[in-house]
Order: sequence, then structure tokens, then C-alpha cells
Amino acid sequence: MTTMTIDKAGPTRKVKYGSISRDRAWALRWSYFFLVIFVIFFLTPPVYMLITSLKSSAEISAATNPWWVFHPTLDNYVSLLTSNQFLRFFWNSAIVSILVVSITMLISVPAAFALSRMRFWGSTILGTGVFLTYLIPETLLFIPLFKMFAVIGDWTGIQLINRWYVLLFIYPTLTVPFCTWIMIGYFASIPKELDEAAIIDGASWFQTLTRIFIPVALPGLIAATIFAFTVSWAQFLYPLVFTTSTDQLVMPVGIITTLIRGDVFNWGQIMTGALLGAAPPLIIYAFLMDYYIAGLTAGATKG
Amino acid sequence: MAEVSLRKVVKRYDEVEAVRGIDLDIADHEFVVLVGPSGCGKSTTLRMIAGLEDISDGDILIGGDVVNDVPPKDRDIAMVFQNYALYPHMTVAENMSFGLRLKRYPKAEIKARIDEAARMLDIKELIDRKPKQLSGGQRQRVAMGRAIVRNPKVFLFDEPLSNLDAKLRVQMRIEIKKVHQKVRTTTVYVTHDQVEAMTLADRVVVMNHGRIEQIGTPNELYHNPATRFVASFIGSPAMNFIPCQLEDGGGKLQIRLSDKIAFPLPPARAARYQKIARTDKLLLGIRPEHVTEASAHTEPGVEPFDAVLDVTEPMGMETLIYFPLHGAQVCGRVSPNAGAQDGAPLRLAVDLNNMHLLNEVTGAVL
Amino acid sequence: MADVALQPSSTAATRTAQKRSSLRNVLGRKSTIAFLMALPLILLIATLVIYPAFYALHLATLNKSMARFVGFGNFEFLFKRETFWLVVKQSCIFAITAVLFKALLGFIIAHFVHNIPAKGQRKWRGMLLVPWVIPPAMSTLAWQWLFDPSYSAFNYTLGLFGAGPIPWTGDADWARFSVILVNIWVGAPFFMIMYLAALKSVPEQLYEAAAIDGANWWQRIWYVTLPMMRNIIAITTLFSLIVTFANFDIVRILTAGGPLDHTHIFATWAFRVGIEGADIPLGASVSLFMVPILAVAAIFILRDIAKRGNEA
Repeated sequence: MTTMTIDKAGPTRKVKYGSISRDRAWALRWSYFFLVIFVIFFLTPPVYMLITSLKSSAEISAATNPWWVFHPTLDNYVSLLTSNQFLRFFWNSAIVSILVVSITMLISVPAAFALSRMRFWGSTILGTGVFLTYLIPETLLFIPLFKMFAVIGDWTGIQLINRWYVLLFIYPTLTVPFCTWIMIGYFASIPKELDEAAIIDGASWFQTLTRIFIPVALPGLIAATIFAFTVSWAQFLYPLVFTTSTDQLVMPVGIITTLIRGDVFNWGQIMTGALLGAAPPLIIYAFLMDYYIAGLTAGATKG
Repeated sequence: MAEVSLRKVVKRYDEVEAVRGIDLDIADHEFVVLVGPSGCGKSTTLRMIAGLEDISDGDILIGGDVVNDVPPKDRDIAMVFQNYALYPHMTVAENMSFGLRLKRYPKAEIKARIDEAARMLDIKELIDRKPKQLSGGQRQRVAMGRAIVRNPKVFLFDEPLSNLDAKLRVQMRIEIKKVHQKVRTTTVYVTHDQVEAMTLADRVVVMNHGRIEQIGTPNELYHNPATRFVASFIGSPAMNFIPCQLEDGGGKLQIRLSDKIAFPLPPARAARYQKIARTDKLLLGIRPEHVTEASAHTEPGVEPFDAVLDVTEPMGMETLIYFPLHGAQVCGRVSPNAGAQDGAPLRLAVDLNNMHLLNEVTGAVL
Repeated sequence: MADVALQPSSTAATRTAQKRSSLRNVLGRKSTIAFLMALPLILLIATLVIYPAFYALHLATLNKSMARFVGFGNFEFLFKRETFWLVVKQSCIFAITAVLFKALLGFIIAHFVHNIPAKGQRKWRGMLLVPWVIPPAMSTLAWQWLFDPSYSAFNYTLGLFGAGPIPWTGDADWARFSVILVNIWVGAPFFMIMYLAALKSVPEQLYEAAAIDGANWWQRIWYVTLPMMRNIIAITTLFSLIVTFANFDIVRILTAGGPLDHTHIFATWAFRVGIEGADIPLGASVSLFMVPILAVAAIFILRDIAKRGNEA
């Protein structure tokens, strides 16, 4: 056996010896320090919304310390929640969002099942196509869509512009591709043997979907539903284009167009409106945070 | 009547033939095991019987009816998968009754069948649990319960024990055999483990490269293999193959293993191998249990010789020895106190009454 | 052996019987059912995404009242307008800067969150994702109030330190800064969540091996983390570039494109020209201009992903 000569010159870089746990403790402290800074950065606007919403107009125009409420009042909340107009906005948003979520799920789930499980002519093309349509932004489509619906309205006599139900056709273009993608990911992770066991047990394709796949992929369904709801609720451009009369508006557009009147900015009310407008997604997020995040990352890590 | 017949069944994927013409007749109540290395086509054959794969050519009959185009649910079969394939969101009872519920069986009937199967498989306490609360062995039993409850014509098993650890595998083998004794359903069982094949089967079908090498009872395959592949596949440790040649020496037929070693053949063998050309390249096939330590007294057909051992593996009940002979590594089994040691010489004996002679080129057993 | 003689006839009988029900077979066949299940999706995308995209091309070739075909007339008109080139420049700078900082910020924050013990990660993650959950329109209102010329809370705080009030939305450069800042605020959490998930998927053993090989913290990031995360980084960057480039809400609410068109991007200007200016073809032309730029970016990044896919 030949012996090996070992270079005894030693390390050429200056080596720092320190206990690992001490380094780790310092890394932890720095981490928390920076995290606190970032959290302040991220939470300042919503917190400020809350603060302002509790101020009266008088206090706002008095220009005292904006970060503190000296005479908190619930007047803003009361006046908005009793305003028919505001409640109308909320109602429109709710109806549109819930209906869009239902429509989205009805389209996405069977399509995802077909694409992930059943090979048919063009299924791979369609799969990539779904992914690619997500890359066509709404800001490209809003003008031609506007014209299309105006034209259809002229032809058929059905009023399509300035009606909230038009949004039921348009919102799904934003929600369906991504929801389909999420569901494909979840369905694909179900082992193939489960299908085969179901086939041998005598299930038709439809029964396999409804009695096996949907229950097993339930977390994915919840995540997709949350995503569809959040996107629908937050929509601004499409409703801005397609609805103009006050009784047809959804929340985001409603708040911005009606509360900001001329030069007199009633910021207390505006912030209250904004907070109430942000509330539903925030509440869902607070209770279902894990599904929310799962929906986001499912697309990327499984894709 | 639940016989299964395969007539010239072929499976093609694009240009590759995974199954190349299988003919097999399985009698009612028979337990047949398809065994072979991975890629030999056994799982594909099973899936064609199940209806999960289309048949490229040939016919499959179940109970006398051609079922080539019949969908799985109408073939009256049940299948147990390697990964159990239990529905994770259903309880054990719901898993077992899913097929029956789809066919709208009356509730009382479903309950009766589940109770019966649960009793047979000893899973009564698990009835309301979900799969993720069960161990591997329990899950496999639930999978079997799901199959039993359907009361099908044929049971199909697709490597069901591969995911279990060694000890559990032995236990489950016994369970499966007991269930077959009670229920007596025709069974087609696929595995790559020849031990499972030998212990469970009424008949074993050895497959290789999409073809059947040999069909027979476990004993037949063990003692009378037809090809080199079957001879080396069945039995563990595997059969030894030593290059040799036949020659006539001193009026008697003998096989020559090397310059120094030649053994006279026992009379029965000599008669059988008389016709073989002396110039053919041959292999001596001898199982390790027939290569043992030399004993004091001589027996007909048992020839002693000397060897230097490479490695020994003491197994407790016996010691496995490995030594070179004429270019081959040979394995033998000696008693634990025969004095076998790494690197030391040992006097051994080979029992030629149990020898096989193979043609090296064709692989056929002569 | 009698069975063998009987076989052929029974096979023939069953075969013809099956041929007769072939139509029913087709309808029940897997591929037909699958196609029907995917049909609503196909129709939706075909009529409300693909068709409008091509319709936009058609619209862009018409004159303002949409009666005459003017070919590239609209585009020629745009190329001569200074505002158009301003919009192009602003959109590109806006998108690239915002995405760069969003990705960087998300990456850094993800590392910090990854560093703290797993139990606490959930609540920090929860707090840090809030900007993404709030509808952008609503949060932009909050920023607008924070930036208000007379009552800005930021200016108040700056005033406490003696720094002058900043015209967040009044001055062109500050307005650009503000718009990018809000965009980063809204978008960084998305990157953080993605990168955090990706960080968790890098095997710990790679870091240990690198540490034993003598790598310090930033070498570990450069040589272990980044290569493992290449795919995720590419995908998120692509998505974000497209979404940021096509952004509408933030600019519209914060500055409405001002001051003097210095924060207009494609989307807001298309809206101004097409809807508010009632010149649909011109608006369509403006929007369409996004397509080549987006396509180039998409091709580059997708090619990178495909190449890495082949490497792996």
C-alpha cells in the first residue's frame, strides 16, 4: 500500500473559529430585526387605513399627528354601512364574485380532470395553451372586448354594456386558466392506481371524478376557490370599463368613483370604504391562510 | 365456472412487443403465479386480463366468454394493487363497499359481505378507520377485503407484497394462502419474487422477455427446469453453472470440468446423455445443496473433490461456501461444523444424481 | 381439446355483435367524454381571449369612427407622438425596475423567514403576505392618502426630522418612484412566498456539503441556492414581468398617468385614449404594442427554462 503525502501547509484563508450556536444566535437576531422592519413596511398602509377610518373629517383637516387617533369615532363606518349606495356596491361585488367562483369551478374542474387523466387528441396542446393564455393580459383584451359586447348588444338588443352580469362572462377569463392549472397539479398527484381501482370497482369517468378525485383533491379545490374569489373581488379595470351607472358598480370602482367628489376628499370615509372593501379577502385569508398559500405555490412547485 | 384462458395474446407498444404470444389455460379454483424479472411482461399480461390494457392480438377468455372488448367492470374480476390503491378519504368499510355501492346492492347485503370479509382477514376493529391510520400490512388486508367482498370470478394480484418488509411479507403470504383455501376463487398472481411463487402457487408460469419459459408445479420447476433461465431463476441461492464437456473415459461417460477434475456419470444420466456430441459446449447445472462437504462413506453418484474456498457465509443452520471451479464461481452448502474457513481448502462432494446438463449455446436443459 | 374446435365460432359471433354497437362505443369512449369535459374551457378561451386578441389587431387597422380601413395609419400616428415614446420608455423602466426589486426583496425576505424556527414562520409569513391579499385598488387608495400633497403622513414624519416635504405624486420623478414603490409593495410578498417554498425544497445536505467545503454564506447562496432555484426564479420573473408590464390599477388610481403623462404606461394610456377619448382603434393599437415586447421577454425566459429542463 502506497502512502500518501499530506500537505501540511494549512488553510490559506484566515479561518474564524467560533461556536456554531453563537453564530446561529446572531443570525437569528438579525433575521428578526430585518423581519420586523419588513413587517412595518408591509403593514403600514393597512394600519394607516384603519387609523384614518376612525377619524372624523374635522380631525383629519386639523392636520394633527396622522399616525394617531385622538378622538376616535365610528361615524364613517355608520354612514357607509347605512348608505344604500355603498351596500349596493357590496352586494354587487358579492353576487358577481360568488357566481364567478361557481362558474369557474364548473369549467375548471372537469377540464382539469380531462387534461390530467384522460389522453385525448390535442390534450397536451390544450394544456400548454391554458398556461399561455394566462400570459395574455387583461389590459390587452379590454378594448376589443368592450367593442365586441357593444356590437353584440346592438345586434341582439340585449343591453350588455353597463350591466353587472356582463362581468360574469369576462371574469372567468382571468380565473379559469389559473384554477385549471392548480387543479391539474392536484389531480396529477393522485396515484394512477386509484383510478384503476375505481375502474375495476365499476365507476364511470364521472363517478370517478365526483366520488374519488374531488374529495381527495379537496385542498386544491379550496385553494382554487379562494383564488377565484380574491381575483374577482379585487377586479378594477374590467368593471371600470363595463359598468358606469352607480347601481351597477362593484366595490373597488364604486368606492373610487363616488367617494372622491371634486376637490373635497372625505378621506375618513374613503379609508373606511377601502378597508371594508378589503375585508372579505382579508377575512378569508385570516381563516384559510394555508389554502391560500397552497394555491399560489401549487402552480409553481408542481408545474 | 371461472376458468381463464389466454390464446396467443400479444401486446405491442408502438413497435416494441412487450408480450409476444402467450398461451395459458387456468382452471377453475386454481392459484397461478406469473413470475419473472422486471420487464418480462407479467404485469402487462395481468392488466390485459383485468381490462386495464388493450389487447393487441389474441384472445382472453374468462369463464368461457371472450372478454377482449369488455370493460373491466363487466368482467367480474377484482384486483389487489402493489400500492394498495385504497381511497384515502373513505373509511375501511367504505373502501370495501365502494364497488357494491356503485352497483346499488342492498345495504343489508353490503353489510353482511363486509362483516364476512373483515372476519376472514381479521380487520374487524379497523372498519371505521381511514387508510392513513393503518399500517402497511393492514392496508394490504383491506385491499384484499375489497376484492373478496365483490365475490368475483377471478382475483388478480399485482405484486401485492413488494412494499412490505421481509417479516411482514412472510406473514401476508400465509394470509393469502389461507384466504385462497377458504374462498377458492381462481387467482392470477404476479410477482418477481420466486419464493412467493413457489410457496403460493398451484402452478407457476415463468416468463422472460414477453414469453413463457415454462409452466409447471413448483416442484416440477425446481427439479426439472426446461431452460437455463428457469433453472437459474427458481431456487435461492441460485443453481451453479460450470462449463464442462462430455468425454468417454475408460469405457464410461464422464464430464470433464477441468484438466484435473472429471467425474463419471451415474448410470441413469449416462444413458440419457449418450447421444450428445462430445464437442458441444455444455454447462453442468448443480444446485448448492448438492455441493456439500465430503462424508466418510461413499454413495453412488456422489463424487468427492478438493477446493480452496474464497468466502464463507455462516447462516447458522448451514454455512454457504463460495469457490472457483473451471472459471465459474460455485456456491455450496455445508454443515456449520464442517470446518469451512475463508481461504482454506476443503474436501467437498458433488451429488451428480441431481445434476442437470445444459447446452451453453441454446440454454436448453438436456 | 373439444374446446379448441368450438372457439373460432364463438369468437366470430361475439365480434360481430360488438361491431353493431360501435356508435354507442364512440359516445362512451374516453376521448369523447374528455373532449366534452374540456369543451367549456376551450370555448371560453377561444371566444373571450383568443378571438378578442385577434379582433384587437383588426380594430387597430381602422380609423377613429371605425368606418374605414387605414392599415398602419394608427401606428404611424402613434410613432410620431412624443407621448407614445414616453409611454414605451416608462412602461419598460417601470416593469424592469419593479420586477427586479420585487424579486430581490422577496428573495431576501424569504431567506430571513427561512432562517427562523419553523414554528414561528407561519405567523411572520402571514403578516408579510397581507399586501398581496388586499385588493390592489384599495391599498393604492391608502398609498394615495399617504402621499397626499397636503396631508401626507410621510411628509409629516419627515418634517419631524427636519426633511422637506416630498411631492410624491406632484413631481414627475417622484411620481415614478411612488408608482414603482407601490408596485413593489404589492408584489414582493408573491415572490417571497414562491421563493420560500423553493428554499424549502433545496436539500439541507447540499448546504452542509458546501459548508464543509468551506463556503461562506454568500457563496452558499451563489453556488447552491441560486442554481437549484433557477427554474422558479425564471417562472416567477416571467409572470411578474407580464403582470407588471400590463399593470393598470396602481398607476390609474395613484397618478392617473400624470403629472403630464409622465407616469403613463401602456394600460393606462390605452384606457385614456381608447375609452375616455372614445378612439377605440387607437387604444387598441396602444395595447397591441405590449405584445411584441412581452413576446420577446417570454421567449427568452421560456427558452432558458427549456434549456435547464434538458440539463436536468
